[in-house]
Amino acid sequence: MKYSIFSLARAALSGHKNWQPTWRDAAPKDRYDVVIIGGGGHGLATAWFLASEFGIRNVAVLEKGWIGSGNAGRNTTIIRSNYGLPGNTGFYELSMKLWERMEQDLNYNAMVSQRGVINLYHSDAQRDAFARRGNTMRINGIDAELLDQTALRKMLPFLNFDNARFPVQGGLLQRRGGTARHDAVVWGYAHAASALGVDIIQNCEVTGFTRDANGKVTGVETSRGKIGAGKVGMAVAGSSSRVAAMAGLRLPIESHVLQAFVSEAIKPLIPGVMTFGAGHFYVSQSDKGGLVFGGDIDGYNSYAQRGNLPVMEDVCEGGMALIPMIGRVRLLRQWGGIMDMSMDGTPIIDKSPVDGLYINAGWCYGGFKATPGSGFVFAHLIARDQSHKEAARFRLDRFQRGAMIDEKGQGAQPNLH
Amino acid sequence: MRIVCPFCGERELGEFTYLGDAKPQRPAAGADAVYDYVYLRDNVAGVMSEHWYHGGGCRAWLKVTRNTLTHEISAVEPAAGAGAAKVGA
Repeated sequence: MKYSIFSLARAALSGHKNWQPTWRDAAPKDRYDVVIIGGGGHGLATAWFLASEFGIRNVAVLEKGWIGSGNAGRNTTIIRSNYGLPGNTGFYELSMKLWERMEQDLNYNAMVSQRGVINLYHSDAQRDAFARRGNTMRINGIDAELLDQTALRKMLPFLNFDNARFPVQGGLLQRRGGTARHDAVVWGYAHAASALGVDIIQNCEVTGFTRDANGKVTGVETSRGKIGAGKVGMAVAGSSSRVAAMAGLRLPIESHVLQAFVSEAIKPLIPGVMTFGAGHFYVSQSDKGGLVFGGDIDGYNSYAQRGNLPVMEDVCEGGMALIPMIGRVRLLRQWGGIMDMSMDGTPIIDKSPVDGLYINAGWCYGGFKATPGSGFVFAHLIARDQSHKEAARFRLDRFQRGAMIDEKGQGAQPNLH
Repeated sequence: MRIVCPFCGERELGEFTYLGDAKPQRPAAGADAVYDYVYLRDNVAGVMSEHWYHGGGCRAWLKVTRNTLTHEISAVEPAAGAGAAKVGA
């Protein structure tokens, strides 16, 4: 089905009764050229790029639940490319450029909205650090503007500028950043991948790998039977260690829970995405009017997909410090997702030490913005057995080589990234 | 989630800071062993023994046995080191 103004008009005239499912819910075949484990944004994007860019269409995406039921549907929908370290800067800009053309590429409305992302600074030292990051971005051809308090007062007049402890001095703005409708990203990739012949198989949990005499992965064992594969890629976020363990691997990853929150709907208030620089609080406003916000991970290993109260309190305190008037808004919903926190806060996209198994993991709590870029470079790696140049530093062995990419400079303590 | 500190009694989570899996032991030497100790984790899905610091209370290090799938805590003991002498651990 191809979507256009005409298809919309046709469906409207027939009372919206004739819409067809946008992708095929497939049953597993015996064998595929490539099997992707994980039907989230990254897995589906990988399958679509394999089919559309690299000509590999005999592909299956295996999802243990329903597609988008993990972190793809649990994030705060922010997209941006304001990273400062070599390795990250180029990769996230590649992803941002793919966001900008995604809806045309996929023929699907993902509500990509470049409404701007601003990181606020609260001290002279923080301003200098942000200026440096902004300069790094601009040298790499990415838009960045350093705003002073005068400019910020016009843009976000409701901020607590004169907070005695954390006065808002200004911010680093990336106008091309913004938000996207997270579920629609999943459905869009499923729609486009399915149309190119990719099998999307739900309720199909991988329980093990089949391997030949040399140890090469030849397929997967699943809750729906054995499925043979030329190559297997895993993009399973918080479950990365569990899936890798089935192939006998230990990863430099811990799984932690991150909460996100939505308030009741209010009139338009927050024009873009903003982050509090003196605490950990980020917020945007959805098109339905709810404030979508979050903060730190809870800070301890968890697979429970639910958070605890102290972090909720901390996040809300951050919000109150920055925008005192949101104390009048009621919290509507809260949820938790399981993050694959890597040891340097940066993802791993690499061949694994097991022949035939490819790893896409360690996204910490920044995976959503990376969805198209991750899919593209992972498809490149699987198709060509070679890292894409923008992902060449996301190697699994970088910890052994001392080539970490630690944007926050926290060291090997995953709950601090 | 609340933790019953052996020194202070039951306290809310905000008083505690998490370090991580208590299993890795610092090796004497060897690049591979150090890499393993610093970077690789079992990342247990289930019952795990881990180190917590009671910064908002007695400031002792604790060894907590907790299920990462349910957050259920089955045991809290003083970790060897700070404060442990008080209870003869």
